[in-house]
Amino acid sequence: MSATKQIHLGAHFPGVNNTTVWSDPAAGSQTDFASFVHFAQNAERGLMDFVFLAEGLRLREHRGRIHDLDVVGRPDTFTVLAALAAVTSRVGLAGTINTTYNEPYELASQFASLDHLSAGRAAWNMVTTSDAFTGENFRRGGFLPREQRYERAAEVVAVTRALWDSNGAEVEHHGPHFDVRGTFPLSPSPQGHPVLIQAGDSAQGRDFAAATADAIFTLHGTLEAGQAFYADVKGRLPQHGRSADDLKVLPGVTFVLGDTDAEAQDEAVRIRRQQVSPQTAIAFLEQVWGRELSEYDPDGPLPDVEPDVDNVSITRGRVRHARDPRAVAQEWRDFAAAHGGLSIREVVIEKTGRQSFIGSARTVAARMDEFVQRDACDGFILVPHLTPGGLDRFVAEVVPELQDRGSYRTEYPGPTLRDHLGLRHPHAPLTRKESA
Amino acid sequence: MSPFTEARMHLAVELTAAGRHPAAARWARLDPAVLLSAPHHAGLVRTAARRGLDLALFPHTFHPDGGPLLDAVALAARLAPVVPGIGIAPTATVTHTEPFHVSKSIATLDIVSSGRAGWEPAVSRTQAEADLFGRKPAAAPAQLWREAADAIEVVVRLWDSWEDDAVIRDVATGRYVDRDKLHPIDFEGEFFSVKGPSITPRPPQGHPLVVLRADEEEALPVAARWADVVRISAPDLADAAHARDRIRGVVAAAGRDPDEITVLLDVEVHLAADRARARRDLAELDALSGAALPASSVRVLGPPTDLADLIGTAVSTRAADGVTLVPLALPPTSTSWPTRSSRCSPGAGCCAPAGQAVRCAPGSGCAVRSTTTRQG
Repeated sequence: MSATKQIHLGAHFPGVNNTTVWSDPAAGSQTDFASFVHFAQNAERGLMDFVFLAEGLRLREHRGRIHDLDVVGRPDTFTVLAALAAVTSRVGLAGTINTTYNEPYELASQFASLDHLSAGRAAWNMVTTSDAFTGENFRRGGFLPREQRYERAAEVVAVTRALWDSNGAEVEHHGPHFDVRGTFPLSPSPQGHPVLIQAGDSAQGRDFAAATADAIFTLHGTLEAGQAFYADVKGRLPQHGRSADDLKVLPGVTFVLGDTDAEAQDEAVRIRRQQVSPQTAIAFLEQVWGRELSEYDPDGPLPDVEPDVDNVSITRGRVRHARDPRAVAQEWRDFAAAHGGLSIREVVIEKTGRQSFIGSARTVAARMDEFVQRDACDGFILVPHLTPGGLDRFVAEVVPELQDRGSYRTEYPGPTLRDHLGLRHPHAPLTRKESA
Repeated sequence: MSPFTEARMHLAVELTAAGRHPAAARWARLDPAVLLSAPHHAGLVRTAARRGLDLALFPHTFHPDGGPLLDAVALAARLAPVVPGIGIAPTATVTHTEPFHVSKSIATLDIVSSGRAGWEPAVSRTQAEADLFGRKPAAAPAQLWREAADAIEVVVRLWDSWEDDAVIRDVATGRYVDRDKLHPIDFEGEFFSVKGPSITPRPPQGHPLVVLRADEEEALPVAARWADVVRISAPDLADAAHARDRIRGVVAAAGRDPDEITVLLDVEVHLAADRARARRDLAELDALSGAALPASSVRVLGPPTDLADLIGTAVSTRAADGVTLVPLALPPTSTSWPTRSSRCSPGAGCCAPAGQAVRCAPGSGCAVRSTTTRQG
């Protein structure tokens, strides 16, 4: 085993926010299966740990209408993953499935089925939601109190794992959220438990991940912020009887490549302008200001009016930042003034769109490697801006650079996703080193 | 005009890992791990597709006592990309599941199969199934099928909640979709309400085929309103003819053209070189499971010619529009299924309701594609 820490890579299929550039001539279908096949096969060519599909359960709305400026809609996560198992053989298949609007018995059956049908490549990114807006599409409807989100998620995990482990024995569970009694018809799947990913950086989310998850899908920031987060979550593991290797820290990152660093910087600016169209700039502004601002010129100055702080739910169906809008507005005005009077669109571009890694393949590989070797993370979930070819150049150019540095595999270490991620089988004992 | 011509005979097959007989896996000495492996199932569907069958049905139940194991939608999605030609219709139950999830999963099956998806909605009757979810007690058939009707309505209306040309990608105005072409469904019923629109764009066929069992009285009105394909079981062809007449009657009473639906009779089948051999096989199977398996419908135990004769008689006597083969044990029988190439000529209608164009090449199954446009 190499002394160099090995980088793990996931590949996030471009999603439904403005990171995804649908307007580019090279942008293909967000729906056709061929796009998913291209993306997943290229991730596999790049020996990546897994492809990752997000999920939405209600179309986003802005000012009371369906938000129409970003990609809207997508195929069902779970069904696409099952189909991708047919056209790939090694890459892991990870999907976001909500714990609030699914029942544990069905989830256990679905993920065990996916793990069997993919010969051990299934992963579940477990998210929780509390909003009644999404609930309007489901039987249980209504609202899950925010503080109960992780309580319910933990109970979902407990029940699904009991079912996966049951091997024909009857399972009986009674808890605050579920009463489940019966036998589970599937024998243990190749991975025992599909890999569990947790997304969410709150203290509650970190604790949940430390107790339960195999990987944490986190936000990317500075090296120092990454190191602090990494130390924090890894430090929580021993109290749950787990070792540092049992939880991988994987921030989501964007990237822009060029033949030279300077060319990549130019390309990054071009992409950011694509990501923030004039209409998108106004929509972002309306999110912060909480009011309609369609009369403003995206190439003109920021509004003089103050944000309407009582109207923070102007956008529904996406994660919102909880900051005080007046403070954000003032920060944006100060920023515009300090840079010689930036326009609305310029401010939004600068404040929302900067990519995580920009440069030549060599520069990007070196910088990513630094984050991993200096314990800011264990790898990354790549979020390309183009469907379906957004990974192509990374695979062709950055992967070989990482391999040359000795920090990325040159072949898959085994057949299952647990093998790729260096995770124990759930029923395997701790290794000598870990138990020492 | 009567729909009864040789060319409109339809063949489906119900595929489980080893066959319907509870001892089938042991009898065929199949490794339990094989029953859960994708290559095994792909081999079965490939055989069916090669024989030119219209439709492979994948049953599913949450009932924990035996029965099909793998999630049927996942299984169908896993097989669709690697087996071209044949229609693929998993069961997704509607009693303890979410109609919103079912709608997008079947729509997505249609996407990954390039327009070959169907769906068999089924109800979960038992308290044992209810206990797996713990949300509500088992219910009587009348209530189960009322709820199923609502669930099917929601699923179909969600399919229609995106117009076919909703994605516009208009760079000039910055709009990815024309949101006037996305419609909430605002469904409110006795059992649940669903707002919509779907998260998934309209599937390639518009409406994947809806396959419904209509063996019990309470299911009839649901089939009358929603089914493209109706499955029946009957002890003999005379009973089947009676059931088919009844179904066509309720379909007409519901304001639909009975010729738009296809009634398929379940035929339990175990093929062997001769009848004696087939009976011996069944005796072995029954001995293994410790009880004789009662026939659930017409049963053919014998050489392939017996099956061909039965199908021919069923169609010519108008007992059914075709059959669903229900193998009692796989895989020994799968290599000797009848092919349909002699009966289904290119361009002839196969397993598709009116309004759907079907191309059927001998030996390659039938590609079903919607030619209907969205209404309303």
